[in-house]
Amino acid sequence: MPSRKSEHSVLGTRYSALGVSMKTRLPLGLRFATLGVLLFLHVPFLLIVLYAFNTEEAAFTFPPPALTTKWFAEAFQREDMREALSLSLRVAAIATVLALILGTLASLAMARSKFFGRDVISLLIILPIALPGIVTGIALRSSLKLLGLDFSYWTIVLGHATFCVVLVFNNAIARLRRTSGSLLEASMDLGATSFQTFRYVILPNLATALVAGGMLAFALSFDEVIVTTFTAGQQQTIPIWLLSQLTRPRDRPVTNVVAVFILLITLLPILISTYMTRNLDDLSRTGK
Amino acid sequence: MLRSVSTFFYQRKTLALLLLLAPALLWLGVIYLGSLFGLLLQSFFRLDDFTGQVVREFSLSSYRQLFTSANLAVIGRTVGMALVVTLASIIVAFPLAYSIAKTSSPTLRSILYLLVLMPLWSSYIVRVYAWKLILAKEGVFNWVVQQLGLEGVLNAFLALPAVGGPSLSISATGTFLVFLYIWLPYMVLPIAASLERIPKNLLEASSDLGGKPNLTFWRVIMPLTVPGIAAGSIFTFSLTLGDYIIPGIVGNSQPFIGQVVLIQQGTAGNIPLAAAFTVVPIVIMAVYLLVARRLGAFDAL
Repeated sequence: MPSRKSEHSVLGTRYSALGVSMKTRLPLGLRFATLGVLLFLHVPFLLIVLYAFNTEEAAFTFPPPALTTKWFAEAFQREDMREALSLSLRVAAIATVLALILGTLASLAMARSKFFGRDVISLLIILPIALPGIVTGIALRSSLKLLGLDFSYWTIVLGHATFCVVLVFNNAIARLRRTSGSLLEASMDLGATSFQTFRYVILPNLATALVAGGMLAFALSFDEVIVTTFTAGQQQTIPIWLLSQLTRPRDRPVTNVVAVFILLITLLPILISTYMTRNLDDLSRTGK
Repeated sequence: MLRSVSTFFYQRKTLALLLLLAPALLWLGVIYLGSLFGLLLQSFFRLDDFTGQVVREFSLSSYRQLFTSANLAVIGRTVGMALVVTLASIIVAFPLAYSIAKTSSPTLRSILYLLVLMPLWSSYIVRVYAWKLILAKEGVFNWVVQQLGLEGVLNAFLALPAVGGPSLSISATGTFLVFLYIWLPYMVLPIAASLERIPKNLLEASSDLGGKPNLTFWRVIMPLTVPGIAAGSIFTFSLTLGDYIIPGIVGNSQPFIGQVVLIQQGTAGNIPLAAAFTVVPIVIMAVYLLVARRLGAFDAL
C-alpha cells in the first residue's frame, strides 16, 4: 500500500508539473501573433509622440530629420487651441456630473427590483451608444432645429450627457449587484432611514464604481467628435479643432503637439478608472 | 422629518422606484427618443424640387430616392466594408484574446487587458490622425516598404481595381486598415471574456478522447466563443456603419452612408433624405441585434 500511494503522488506531481508547463508556455507562434497585434495597436501612439518633436514643418517625413521641443511652447500660445481646450473641459465636466446623477439614480432603481418594462429601460439607456453616433447626432440636431433652439454650450452638453449615462449606469449596477442585500436589510433592521442606508452603506460601496464610471464618461465626452459635429454649430471643441486640422492641414507642428496633449488628457481618466475597479470585469463590460 | 419621508417612500416602493427612474427616463425618453421619432417622422417629409424647402406632408419620396442605383451603391459599399472589417477583426483579435484568456499569470493578464483598454478608450480622432502620419506618401509605411525593397509589391497591389488607388491613404485598403485598427479592441475584449469562461476540463476531455489540438480548436473552442464573437461584431459592425470621419480622411472619394447623411443634412439641406439614410443603419442593426441575441451575444457583453 505505501508504495502505491507514493507512486500515485509521483504521478500526481508529474501531471501537475505537466499541467503547469502547459499553462505557462503559450505556443511560440501564438506569442508572436499576440506581440504583432499589440504592436499594431500601440506603435501608432509612439509615432504620434515622436512627431510632436519633429523639426520638419511641412510634411510627415519619416524618419524625422531632427527633434525639437519648440512646438510645445508655440502650441500653448495659440488662442484658438486654448479656447477649444477650455470648451471641451467645461463640456466634459458638466456632462459627467449629469451622467453621474442620472446613471446613479437609475442604477439604484434597477439593481434590485424587477418590474414591467425593465428590459425596455435598460435598452433605452444603452441605445445612445448601440446606435451609430451619426444617428444620435442628426436626431438631436433636427429636433433642435424643429424647436428653433440655437446651438450653444448647452446643446453640446445635451448630446454628451445622453451617451455618457450608460457608462456610469453599467459600472454602478455591476457594483450594486455584487453588494450583498443582507447589508441593506441589516441597516434597515438597525433603524436607519433609506437616506442613512444610502449615505453610510450603499455609497461607500459604490464610490469607486462611480469614480470609474465618471472617469470613463469624462474621457468619452472630452474626445467625442461625431455627435458633437451636429450639436456644436460654429463652436470648436478640441477634437473638432483637430478634425478641422486633419481635413485642411495648416499648422502640422501645432497639430502634432495637440494630439499628444489629447492623448495624455484621456489617458489619465482611463488609468484612474482601471485602478478604481481593478477587477477588470466591469470595464470590459461597459463598451464605448 | 427625514425619517417620515423615508417611511413614506418605504411603504410606497413603486413611487420611490418611479422617482429614482424619472430623471433618466425624462432625459432619455423625452430628449433622446423624442429626437429619434422626430427624425423618423422627417424621413416621411419631402423636399420641394423648385423651392428647395422641406414640405411637411406624408411622402415616400425620400425612401424612393434611397433605391436609386447611386444610393444603393453607397449602402452596399458601407455594409460590405462593415462585413470585411468585422471578419478581419475576428481573425486579428483571436490570438491576443487567446493569450489573455489562457495565460496563467494574473499580472500578465491584467497588463494585456490594460493594453487593450488603453487604445479602446483613448482618443478616436488622435488615433485616426496617427494613420494619416503612417500612410502619408513620405510617411512610416512607405519608408518601411522601401527599407524592405518591396516597392514593386506595393505598386502592384495599388494597381489592383477596387482595393487599390493612387496611394494607400487614398484607397479602400487604407480605409479598411484604419477601421480595423480603430475597432479592434472592441472585438478582443468579448472574445477574451468568452474564452476565459470555457471550463478547462472540456479541453482535457477533448484531448483525452483523442482530439488533436486542431480538432479541439475548431470543434470545442470556436463554438463556445461564438457569443463573444457575436458581441464584438455588434460594435465593429455598428461603428463602421455609422462612421463618416475615417473614409473622409483616409480613403478614396467614394462616399459611405455617414458622409451622405452629413452632406444631405448640411450643405444640401435635404433633411428628409438624410433621415431616410439614417434609417438604413438602424434597420440593419435591429436585424443584426436580433440575430446576435439568438447567438447569445447579450450574455457575453
